[in-house]
Amino acid sequence: MTAKHWKLDTDRDNIVWLSVDKADSSTNTLSADVVAEFSAILDEMRSPKPRALIIRSGKRSGFVAGADIEEFTRISSTQEALAIVRRGWDVMNKLAAMPFPTLALISGYCMGGGLELALACRYRIAVDQPGTRFALPEVMLGILPGWGGVMRLPRVVGPSAALDMMLTGRSVDARRARLMGLVDASVPERIMENSARMMALEAPARHRLALLQSLTNTPLLRPLVASMARKQLAARARREHYPAPYAIVDLWQKYDGDPFAPPAGDPASMATLVEGETARNLIRIFRLQERMKSLGKESDFEARHVHVIGAGVMGSDIAAWCAMRGLTVTLQDQNAKALAPAMKRAGALFKRRLRDKRRIRDASDRLIPDVAGDGVRRADVIIEAIFENLEIKRALFAKLHAAAKPGAILATNTSSLKLADIGTALADPSRLVGIHFFNPVAQMQLVEIVSGANTDGQAAKDAAAFVRQIDKLPLHAKDSPGFLVNRVLGPYLDQALRLVDQGMAPETIDAAMTQFGMPMGPIELADTVGLDICMHAGQALAGGNAEPPKRLAHLVTAGSLGKKSGRGYYTWRDGKAQKGAAGAVTEELIQRLIAPYLKEAQAVVAEGIVADADLADAGLIFGTGFAPFTGGPLRYLSAKTAPR
Amino acid sequence: MVKPIYIVDGARTPFLKSRNRPGPFAASDLAVAAGRSLLLRSRVAPADLDEVILGCAAPAVDEVNIGRVAALRIGCGLKVPAWTVMRNCASGMQSIDSGIANIATGRSQLVLAGGVDALSRAPLQYSDRMVMWFSQFMAAKTPLGKARVFLKLSPAQLFTPVIAIMKGLTDPVVGLLMGQTAENLAWRFGITREQMDQYSARSHARVIRAQQNGWLTAPHDGLAAEIVPVYDTEGNLYQDDDGVRSDSTAENLAKLKPFFDRKYGNVTAGNSSQITDGSAWVVLASEAAVKRHDLKPVGRILDTQWAGLDPAQMGLGPVHASTPILKRHGLGLNDLDAWEINEAFAAQVLGCLAAWNDDAYCRDQLGLDGPLGELDMEKLNIDGGAIALGHPVGASGTRIVLHLLHALKRAGGRKGMASICIGGGLGGAMLIEAL
Repeated sequence: MTAKHWKLDTDRDNIVWLSVDKADSSTNTLSADVVAEFSAILDEMRSPKPRALIIRSGKRSGFVAGADIEEFTRISSTQEALAIVRRGWDVMNKLAAMPFPTLALISGYCMGGGLELALACRYRIAVDQPGTRFALPEVMLGILPGWGGVMRLPRVVGPSAALDMMLTGRSVDARRARLMGLVDASVPERIMENSARMMALEAPARHRLALLQSLTNTPLLRPLVASMARKQLAARARREHYPAPYAIVDLWQKYDGDPFAPPAGDPASMATLVEGETARNLIRIFRLQERMKSLGKESDFEARHVHVIGAGVMGSDIAAWCAMRGLTVTLQDQNAKALAPAMKRAGALFKRRLRDKRRIRDASDRLIPDVAGDGVRRADVIIEAIFENLEIKRALFAKLHAAAKPGAILATNTSSLKLADIGTALADPSRLVGIHFFNPVAQMQLVEIVSGANTDGQAAKDAAAFVRQIDKLPLHAKDSPGFLVNRVLGPYLDQALRLVDQGMAPETIDAAMTQFGMPMGPIELADTVGLDICMHAGQALAGGNAEPPKRLAHLVTAGSLGKKSGRGYYTWRDGKAQKGAAGAVTEELIQRLIAPYLKEAQAVVAEGIVADADLADAGLIFGTGFAPFTGGPLRYLSAKTAPR
Repeated sequence: MVKPIYIVDGARTPFLKSRNRPGPFAASDLAVAAGRSLLLRSRVAPADLDEVILGCAAPAVDEVNIGRVAALRIGCGLKVPAWTVMRNCASGMQSIDSGIANIATGRSQLVLAGGVDALSRAPLQYSDRMVMWFSQFMAAKTPLGKARVFLKLSPAQLFTPVIAIMKGLTDPVVGLLMGQTAENLAWRFGITREQMDQYSARSHARVIRAQQNGWLTAPHDGLAAEIVPVYDTEGNLYQDDDGVRSDSTAENLAKLKPFFDRKYGNVTAGNSSQITDGSAWVVLASEAAVKRHDLKPVGRILDTQWAGLDPAQMGLGPVHASTPILKRHGLGLNDLDAWEINEAFAAQVLGCLAAWNDDAYCRDQLGLDGPLGELDMEKLNIDGGAIALGHPVGASGTRIVLHLLHALKRAGGRKGMASICIGGGLGGAMLIEAL
């Protein structure tokens, strides 16, 4: 047969090398036609039989990214969704039953359906390079791995590691995969073909679990492991908000991972999941995330050198992040001493994220202390992150403008000043743009790209491309107070803090909002951001005429600024808020607390601060952690007001 | 010399005294820290360099061609060749001279040349007897055989490592510690313990004065700062040379015991250079490179000389290397505005001065008609030297060239000599002109 997406080669040992190379796509996904061809190829291999089958990718970018999400988002009925599950489930079972050795040779990402394909092979070899990642991320879309992952992963790595991967969606690299037994070998690229050939020819005994691990996969012990997993889940997410992880545990425990085993209406069934709001909302957010990523493709701007001015927490974290992402970074502050804490924070970040000592060293080498500001004339992007003082920023940008090279992006990380005001000192303010990061930089994916009245459209596009280059999500916003995220958070925090003034316990308020699905309650958030910053931002948003919440003003005057000073609304110990018992949480309290947030989100869209309601939802989810299962505040509002 | 050789800029790390344990930085870390800051502030992009040459007397076993390691880590890119040179204490001057040679022949136009050593990280090694024991142990095939060899293990050998740096500071040909060669000079020229200690106290006082005036850490007279701050990943900041001590007065230094010739000698740890970690670089450019990159050179190297002499008198190397340059240019000792003579030992610097002032030495050893006379002390090591700052062997040659430029510029002088004595019986000298 002639295949469009697969390439077959038979070597002199009669091993078939089958490469998946999806036509007209930069990424291999297991779309309907790719799976159909694969199934037909497997059928043809029954006779004459090859000595072994090695499956690899024909693309440099990676192995297989998973099922075709696009297909999944187009489905209009539960039947269609189940058909997708059926064809993958069947073909993986067919692969697993081939009467000769099968081996997946994996370089680059191996996600979702891609990993399920690899798991259906008898052997797996990982190519040890930074891009090689294994994950079953279905849970993040509110669904479950329906192509045999729930059945096979626990058999290969043991239930505890398997549940950890499936319930979090977290990825593991080649070395970790080797340690946990997910792959039979992790080899450098230069010997990958040789390793695959030798393993296929030798056909050693299949990798087996250690006794204890295999015991936990028996019907006798599964309930115990499952109940432990449910307990851990309950601490992180409620079943009514996020049914998928619970469904995965059920499916494994009760049905050995067979997605067609649960009866109709069973919460562990795929039908229940795809019919639910959560999966629909999470898939929508995934697509919006892709849309935000594509905002970085509107320019081919590529930065090599970033200069950051201001080595406070934001400046130093931005600098360290950029260095970690491979850019040369110069970090400037008033004297050498002021840079020391930044170097410490960067060192800790590199150690935590990079682990490998050479990669840590290389990132440290790229982060150059620069008191004199010599980096300004070399930089492609200059980011100002000094304290919020208009006059000083104006003077600084006038200097930067004169020294920077033509075409460089001049960016401010201001959160409370207007770009237009900062740009008044510039002869040509068209390259001035806001690149607004959120704290903590390493965790927050969203970065607002703020265009002032004079900002050139190209500069904003270049800035978005830069934000993608450092693997963050760009979102264009208009130059208005608070932009998107702080504008919406402001009234929400303000209301919560005023309720404390009226005598409500911070614990009760925070409990209400975490129950709603926020990752952190508003009072704890205020403490984390810093009460001085909250007060300053609140005043900037209110135009300076509003009286700040009393207790807030009191705490700031007393120097109790929240987490950073160990005391704010809460007392902080070892980075954790010491909380008392929360009072009763009513639906009315929840609605009262969230109302200002929702109102402001509507206003932001109405005023055109961001392009549309979809991007507002995405921005607020990635920028404020607004309960993702709701699909975002505007989606939540429309679902609430328009009965289905 | 036919083609002028320009110094565009130079920078170094603070010199960090060895505290009897591995210091915070590997040698390449230090070279990278100074090099990247230097290139950042110059108009030279790292990839524009024609080569990187780094002097290092004792590279660690995992970075033997440390020049290449540093060049890659600084971000010079794959295509800029880099190498390491070794001429003991003058390795950092050799790197400059190798750059000069390649610029002179037209092979290179723009060279990053420097020196480095992290002596605090010099290894402890097993003795030959222990190595033999390991070899036998590995060779024994049976458990019984292994047990037999094991019983032959001598705990005394196991816990008596060979200190590599002591080996390095011993002349392999004449078998003298470097400090003992300094004792030779003291004896030959009648230099007293008091003179050594006074000279050493002066070195500390001069460095302290320079630090207090910011001459080492701030830009001045058209030069960028000599020292660039260095950070470790714990956020500790190192911005000053830390071996200098305000309590190193002549009185206090007099209390120290002789270290090399025990009990009856005169050379102590206090009147010797310190064991230290550090790195220094300069950017060298040809006339064409200066024009092409629109560089603003701060100095020129007018002449270089290397000389050989008795290893047991190695401290007089500066006399033997500088004198031919003086002769070639028709200069007397005090016709120059400033001198840097690397302070390996106080006795050795004073020995050099005594040799120039010694009729017999000048006639017999230097082929002169008579003594060159007394070098004006106000022109010598005017901001102190290695006794107070330390002597990270490979880096010192670059440091004295760089600092000579700083000293000349500050004093408004034009020409000066940087010279250094070299273990093994060598001397090196460079005649420098400030621009």
